[in-house]
Amino acid sequence: MSGNKVEEDPRINGIKTKIRVVPDFPKKGIMFQDITTVLLDPKAFKDTIDLFVERYRDKNISVVAGIEARGFIFGPPIALAIGAKFVPLRKPKKLPGETIFEEYELEYGNDRLEMHVGAVDAGDRALVVDDLIATGGTLCAAINLLERVGAEVVECACVIELPELKGRQRLKGKPLCMLVEYRC
Amino acid sequence: MQTLISPFVSHSLRLAPPLPRNSLLNNYHQASPIRLSSHFSTTSLRLFNSGAAAAASRDSEMTTEDGKDPRIAKIASSIRVIPDFPKPGIMFQDITTLLLDTEAFKDTIALFVERYQGRGISVVAGVEARGFIFGPPIALAIGAKFVPMRKPKKLPGKVISEEYSLEYGTDKMEMHVGAVEPGERAIIIDDLIATGGTLAAAIRLLERVGVKIVECACVIELPELKGKEKLGDAPLFVLVSSA
Repeated sequence: MSGNKVEEDPRINGIKTKIRVVPDFPKKGIMFQDITTVLLDPKAFKDTIDLFVERYRDKNISVVAGIEARGFIFGPPIALAIGAKFVPLRKPKKLPGETIFEEYELEYGNDRLEMHVGAVDAGDRALVVDDLIATGGTLCAAINLLERVGAEVVECACVIELPELKGRQRLKGKPLCMLVEYRC
Repeated sequence: MQTLISPFVSHSLRLAPPLPRNSLLNNYHQASPIRLSSHFSTTSLRLFNSGAAAAASRDSEMTTEDGKDPRIAKIASSIRVIPDFPKPGIMFQDITTLLLDTEAFKDTIALFVERYQGRGISVVAGVEARGFIFGPPIALAIGAKFVPMRKPKKLPGKVISEEYSLEYGTDKMEMHVGAVEPGERAIIIDDLIATGGTLAAAIRLLERVGVKIVECACVIELPELKGKEKLGDAPLFVLVSSA
């Protein structure tokens, strides 16, 4: 049950070539994977969404949870196409109603991910979506939030994986589906 | 489907005391007492746009007597109002409950797509962060690119930026250099228009690089804050007007 790469679909290469790598952002030594250039190409953006929708449409997914902010770009189109609710997972103090939070580690210090109380029900089958998985800390926090309210996390879906950071191992055994790998 | 609405009716939805108008400055304010109804909504339901006649001839779904699209009522009732967020006196319009209602979310997107498809719009610009939720599905459906308009330092690479006023101080909005080209036709999406400051900044950014703003589109308008007046020549289209 390990994650896989939506094997060798011909649309993948078109998406990969649209990702822009920006060196030294947000700081020196980091090769930032910029997906905004994928969004500028309607075909590449559509293909990205279609690949995920084709994978999840028959899996009875009732919740797509998207991680602020780039998960908000990919999550809703998937949710709409598969008939699932969309649940935003946000930085602290953005969600107006009653929330639960999960802390996670940054390079220096901690941050929090919040979810609205009542958004997800026990028994919901959930997908977690973000543009990219690096260390897996944020995704792990998302999985924790969903499991705490009794949802079943079926899979995590990301456009890009940085496999050298081993985020895949931090997903509490949940599978990861990604489209494009980036190795330094 | 999802019944998130009902638990919150009995929850701490208290009436905030009405605030005197002269203390409001640019704040949201409680314009009228909350009417607790089975719909759990204080919003009045008007299909509001500045080109009503043109829109009416284009909208094939306006079957109710008063011209309102029947999908609007469900959308309006799916929006949750949270008093005193982010601070006392503000009645926050929470669209996250709309996103939990698959029919309402689908209808929201459909209403915008029906309005904008086939009009040569090549750019959908979405304002961070809730504009990121509504913009991309519209962009995908009409075959346009999606351009995120972001808070400072989030976009990697070269950006142009535009300052705009907050109640206290200023903030900046950024857009990638090269994301859009002169002559492109754009719509700008956000979940809500209040004072119009953010949308006005987005308009300025796009116009600086020669883009034509066809319309600004929001799910919700707070008309008493007169945000429409800040948009210059750009028309405004909203689904729900919340007095």
